[in-house]
Amino acid sequence: MSQLEVRNLGLSYGDCYVFEDLNLAIPKGKITVFIGSNGCGKSTLVRSISRLLKPQRGSVILDGADISGMKTKHLARKLSILPQGPAAPEGLTVLQLVKQGRYPYQSWLRQWSREDDAAVKKALLSTGMDSFVDRTVDSLSGGQRQRAWIAMTLAQETPVILLDEPTTYLDMAHQIEVLDLLYRLNAEEHRTIVMVLHDINLACRYADNVVAICSGKIEAQGRPEDIIEAKLIESVFSMECRIIPDPFYGTPLCIPLSKARDGAPSLLSLRNEKEKAAY
Amino acid sequence: MGMESRQLRYYEIIRLIISLISVMLAVAASIAFGVTDIPLSAVWESFAGGNGSNDHLVIQTTRVPRAFIAASAGASLAVAGALMQVITSNPIASPSTLGVNSGAVFFIVLAAGWLDLSGLQALTWVALLGAAISGCIVFALGSIGRDGMTPVKITLAGASMAAFFYSLTQGMMLSDGKMFDQVLVWLVGSVAGRDMNQLEAVWPYMGAGMLIALFLSRKLSVLSMGDDIARSLGQNIVYIKISAAAAVILLAGASVAVAGPIAFIGIIIPHVVRFFVGTDYRWIVPYCAVLGAFLLISADLGSRYIAMPKEVPVGVMTALLGVPFFIYIARKGGRTS
Repeated sequence: MSQLEVRNLGLSYGDCYVFEDLNLAIPKGKITVFIGSNGCGKSTLVRSISRLLKPQRGSVILDGADISGMKTKHLARKLSILPQGPAAPEGLTVLQLVKQGRYPYQSWLRQWSREDDAAVKKALLSTGMDSFVDRTVDSLSGGQRQRAWIAMTLAQETPVILLDEPTTYLDMAHQIEVLDLLYRLNAEEHRTIVMVLHDINLACRYADNVVAICSGKIEAQGRPEDIIEAKLIESVFSMECRIIPDPFYGTPLCIPLSKARDGAPSLLSLRNEKEKAAY
Repeated sequence: MGMESRQLRYYEIIRLIISLISVMLAVAASIAFGVTDIPLSAVWESFAGGNGSNDHLVIQTTRVPRAFIAASAGASLAVAGALMQVITSNPIASPSTLGVNSGAVFFIVLAAGWLDLSGLQALTWVALLGAAISGCIVFALGSIGRDGMTPVKITLAGASMAAFFYSLTQGMMLSDGKMFDQVLVWLVGSVAGRDMNQLEAVWPYMGAGMLIALFLSRKLSVLSMGDDIARSLGQNIVYIKISAAAAVILLAGASVAVAGPIAFIGIIIPHVVRFFVGTDYRWIVPYCAVLGAFLLISADLGSRYIAMPKEVPVGVMTALLGVPFFIYIARKGGRTS
């Protein structure tokens, strides 16, 4: 079942098409990860789905309705997007940041309420940011800062959450910290999560559904175990690699081939054998 | 949390009261002190039914309008600066740096010097029109290109339009010598030598600009987190930016009409205010008004003493204060509002 659907999406910058006619269905309550090389359009796709960008053609359907006709606050109660590298104003505290997540629920008639307080508290607890409420966002570490932004997005209480490269610029430990948090949110609260990741191996570990994008087209979509093959990675990233099952998680593990260490002799001999066999 | 927030409230109220008292003291000082030495008793008498003596005349026709013009222009420029810094996400945006003031000046000089327009209302409208035209050009130039409006592009567009209108104004003046006297008052920012009528002519516009700013203040806190975040939270940023720009034009245009182009208030005050009250625009907007008024009144007071017995235009004073601050902000770089 899909609650989010992209139909015939067409988007161009000047004469240069990013998408010509893109169709995509995103399964409900699952984690979907977009992978693809730099500039393939995965960020543009996330931004189009969340209406940060307006496509020239096609539509994005959320729960059966076209998002282009929705009121902005109404959409913000159904779908939230954490853009790439958000910057908080200097001096903004974590609590103030997370409280902004309730903006779509407020109006002149409906000021701050008990529900708002509860949502903020819950978002702070589930991201582990409850002990940082009075810290300013700029004083936090990279991972904490990203968790604070995710807390804001959670306070929005939307069934669908999109994240554009939530782990970029984070070290490996912080990447895991952020992805574990998102994994738990999906598992416990069944929120549909859509995100862009650069690390194929982490994408395979965390995603229920991987979408491989190559120059504005969808090359493959499905469970990582079903679709991640050396051939796909080669065509999407123009990079030679080997795929083996992760020894601990069983998910596909991509090993890029490179020139380091004299091109890994054991792999090379493997390749030679294959070539011989082909003769 | 309940107790803490209540204590915070008290602290905030006390802070606001202190600021308001400071402005009142500054107004009082601005009325009481100046080049003409007037005893405080005479100052008092002039309010308690003056006798038309020279001293009383100075107080009522010169110093009182001057204090109120300084307060109004200072408040307007500071709030306009705060709005511009949010909508352009640029820490050095202000009516003077982005060419809004010089656009207003150019159109006033054009109207007063060439078209012989002189009515207060008419000139105010001309100033608003000039501010709007210049503001729109800067906005359009700063937004050209695929990546939309960036701080660097808007700053370059603003600086070039400011220089452009300034040169046009000078060119007009050089080509016609007798114009000089008519338009001199609008060339350098000054709050001296105006009367109350001039202030009354612009008050409705300043008031409208202030109301829009206050109305938008909660939304500005969200917008200050960046366009993407604001939109993801369901904000219609086009509508908010256009409303804020309208407020900027009302505030800056009206200030120029009554006091000429006064620079730097619009940059300095929003930064000072954010330093003291944080990131919530529901506090930032009113504090900008209060501290902007305070700074311009104080600068005007200082301008009377810095080169005794002559007076320096207050625009020169704000530049003296503003330039070091401007460099500090530029060096600190980047982090906005």
